[in-house]
Amino acid sequence: MLLDYSSSLHYLLALLPEAVLAAFAMWVLLAGVSRRRSGGLGKETGWLALAGLLVAGVANGWLYSGVAEGGTAAMIAVDRLRLFANWVFILGAGFAIVVALPYVARQKLQAGEYYSLVLFATVGMMVMAASRDLMLIFLGLELMSIAVYALAGYNRRDRRSAEAGLKYFLLGAFASAFLLFGIALLYGAAGSTNLHAISEALSAGAAVESLLGPGLALLTIGLAFKVSAVPFHMWTPDVYEGAPTPATAFMAAAVKAGAFVVLLRIFATGLGTLHAEWSGILWWVSALTMVFGNLVALVQSSVKRMLAYSSIAHGGYLLVAIVAANETAAAGLLFYLLVYTVMTIAAFAVVVTVANQGEGGNRMEDYQGLGTRRPVLSICMTVVLLALAGFPGTAGFIAKYHLLLGAAEASLWTLAVILALTTVVSYWYYLRVAWYMWMRDPPAEGRPTDYVITPFGTRVALVVSVALLVLAGIFPGAALEMAENSIRGIMYLAAPQAGAAGP
Amino acid sequence: MTELLAAIRYEDWVLHALIWLPLAGAAHVVASSAERARLVAFGWSLLVLGLSLGLWWAYDPGDGGFAMVSSATWIERWGVGYSLGLDGISIFMVLLTTLTSAVAILGSFEYVKTRRRAFYSLMLLLQTGVVGFFLATDVFLFYVFFELTLVPMYFIVGIWGGERRIYAAVKFFLYTAVGSLLMLVAILYVYFAGDTGSFAYDAFLHAELSLREQLWLFAAFALAFGIKVPIFPFHTWLPDAHVEAPTPGSVILASVLLKMGTYGFVRFALPFFPDAAQHPTVVSTMLALGVVGIIYAAWVAAVQPDAKKLVAYTSVAHMGFVVIGIFALTLNGLQGGMVVMISHGVSTGALFLLLGMMYERRHTRRIEDFGGIGRVAPLFATAFVVTALASIGLPGTSGFVGEFLALLGTFERHPVHAILAALGVVFAAYYMLPMVQRILFNKLDKPENRAFAELSRREIAVLGPLLALMIWIGVHPTPLLERMEPSLQVVLERVEGGEAAAAVPAAPSIGAERGNPAD
Repeated sequence: MLLDYSSSLHYLLALLPEAVLAAFAMWVLLAGVSRRRSGGLGKETGWLALAGLLVAGVANGWLYSGVAEGGTAAMIAVDRLRLFANWVFILGAGFAIVVALPYVARQKLQAGEYYSLVLFATVGMMVMAASRDLMLIFLGLELMSIAVYALAGYNRRDRRSAEAGLKYFLLGAFASAFLLFGIALLYGAAGSTNLHAISEALSAGAAVESLLGPGLALLTIGLAFKVSAVPFHMWTPDVYEGAPTPATAFMAAAVKAGAFVVLLRIFATGLGTLHAEWSGILWWVSALTMVFGNLVALVQSSVKRMLAYSSIAHGGYLLVAIVAANETAAAGLLFYLLVYTVMTIAAFAVVVTVANQGEGGNRMEDYQGLGTRRPVLSICMTVVLLALAGFPGTAGFIAKYHLLLGAAEASLWTLAVILALTTVVSYWYYLRVAWYMWMRDPPAEGRPTDYVITPFGTRVALVVSVALLVLAGIFPGAALEMAENSIRGIMYLAAPQAGAAGP
Repeated sequence: MTELLAAIRYEDWVLHALIWLPLAGAAHVVASSAERARLVAFGWSLLVLGLSLGLWWAYDPGDGGFAMVSSATWIERWGVGYSLGLDGISIFMVLLTTLTSAVAILGSFEYVKTRRRAFYSLMLLLQTGVVGFFLATDVFLFYVFFELTLVPMYFIVGIWGGERRIYAAVKFFLYTAVGSLLMLVAILYVYFAGDTGSFAYDAFLHAELSLREQLWLFAAFALAFGIKVPIFPFHTWLPDAHVEAPTPGSVILASVLLKMGTYGFVRFALPFFPDAAQHPTVVSTMLALGVVGIIYAAWVAAVQPDAKKLVAYTSVAHMGFVVIGIFALTLNGLQGGMVVMISHGVSTGALFLLLGMMYERRHTRRIEDFGGIGRVAPLFATAFVVTALASIGLPGTSGFVGEFLALLGTFERHPVHAILAALGVVFAAYYMLPMVQRILFNKLDKPENRAFAELSRREIAVLGPLLALMIWIGVHPTPLLERMEPSLQVVLERVEGGEAAAAVPAAPSIGAERGNPAD
């Protein structure tokens, strides 16, 4: 059907997945309150949240299969970019909830609020991805961020969780202020907050030049903070390490995906004409992020913290696609986000399991000899690590290759070489976990690995993720096609060769 | 034989079977019990070996192009195909792989005692990767297989290796990965700059690249393959990996994985970048590195107290002969390089197996712990002496044919390099013969050695085919040479047919052109 925005009902239809999920989020919240009175563990609220995601997924599928919008300027976009991103968010949130179920129960966290926060954050991401207007993007971003601040500090009994929450909140609020200021300046420059209108004003030369530069800079800073790009990454390791691990998984995967979709939407469509201005800055941000994230991940002794730094590094790879700003790179970005979400959550799922649904067993030594004691879990972890490292045979390779392809198309050879070399660096720390698991004998004393029990839900999530990663690594055709269709037509394309910025 | 093969439509399916049957075998091994794992694995590798032998009769050299070609699209939007083909170069590599895999698995029956299922499935997985690498005629596919071989080898060295196994495994992995990832970027460069439209081997041959681009791209490919070979300054991972790896791991590493590097030069680096390959600076650099490798490795080998480390260094020396043979860019040189590859695969594989047998009996690899073994185990000593002589290239053995041809081919164009490299043959005797003497002869003065057991029947079955090959190739190499000649001729014509950069003597050196190929 064709959406006609003169009717407000059609606005609601355009926002159906978000509306459904928001309703479920409130339902889960209420169910949590009534559950607590009767004193259960609250797993039902988790299942209810999963059901909400399923319904939102069905609504998203309905929009995907043949709903068209009237133009390309409306505040709410009903395009493939948004809907593909929604699949990623729903998948990420779903896996994150499955992984959280045993953790929340064991740590006696308040279940209803936890799951409803996850759902609210997901709604925020979906709004961000759906919007063509900077104001609405900001609203979505804040909805997501506030829910995630709360998730980071969710474990009240854990000092580090509280520290993570506070740190994330203070720095995040600061970054939001930058972002908002940037939006204000852009509004001043172009006379609109609508990305389409901004783009037209820019190409018509009607924008106020003196406001554009500062506006662009502040906007970039605000978004770079959200994707934890160097040098705005300082919060990431502490927050990721302190937050409850299932929340970390959600943050590292879905939240980052949301931020990157917005980055793509703003820079590739609205500010595409300014590619020459921002690509130089982002070139350096990308290079620094790849180098720094990978180098610091090398020396981590905690697997959780290592994954935090590695997620910074992955952000650097993804920024290469933004700099390249062509359809190949954009499709690569979407495909990478999908793969990245699956593999990151799977890796954190293993971390939660090895730490016995707590925060105590995250050191490398805790993985020693796991291969003998828990072979299947270790094989899953090995495949996931190889995927994170971008090794052929896994979807991680196809995704990374796709980014390289985009960079090559834009002739960003130096960035491509940096990407390749930092990937070698990443082999070291991913393989390090593998060698602790397989090449060392179980410790004679200290914590035995015998206690490691994989809950049923985690088991299913892991097997599904590993199957997806291997399958998409060998037969990536369908997923690639979906990603390519998702960016067709929405891109402002940088002129060929214009991407060769940087030294 | 030919009729039989035609009757079962052998050519249509054999290449696929050679790649994927080991994978099926790996799955079977995982599903079987730990006790039966080794038999299951050996059964599968024997089946694959048997199938691969048919190639000898089925392959018709013809004009040297790819035979038994089969092609299917894999990732359509990127122009990536699942394309396989066999020619006079890859046929020997495939046969070498199937043979040494079966032999290494049989030879590891007593050596590997823990986690057998994992071990044998990794061995078969490795075979899938290696055979796929040798048969791929799509550059993307070749890259995937090239990388795929890293993981099984990493675990084989890291789990079943010696004291410093983790160090050796990681070093092996990272060294190879640095080269191969840069090569991936280079592949993408050819794809875009050469406007090939697909990753098919033939499309890459037709990429139009300037000399400057070719030099850079050649450097990236040469780094990847040079580390794998290994060529002199990049060889440091090899002694570590060889010494720490379990016997079957060393055998596969020496016999097959090193060949991936030299095969990569012949198959990809030379034909893709012909102008760079015959650029005087490139040729003289590669020849010099080859010669330095031969002489340096021989000297280092001579002072090793550990027999396994000694043999590891001889690998560097032998591969040096392959490198000079290839970069002589003459037919004799290329043929010699190929024969050295085969001969080294057979003789060094056998040497590692023999050292493994010594280790199983005495739990030491130090040369000084042995002595007088020839008296208590004459069969063992005979096998050892024949293998050692083949390794140093005594006339009548496979090593002689290869090294002689390689030196001959080099002498045609670069006599000084050939003379220097010929010194390496002398040095080979200098490091190998004392070791043979100290292990097999001398006095039987250590009581532990009196109980040194003679070869068992299984061990005879392991060594027998390898010894037979050493002699057969040494005495009658013609069937090999005539099968590989047309394909090598194709490579040579391709290199010389490139816009003759060498014809411009004043071509600027690489150093003067440093800069990004993109700008």
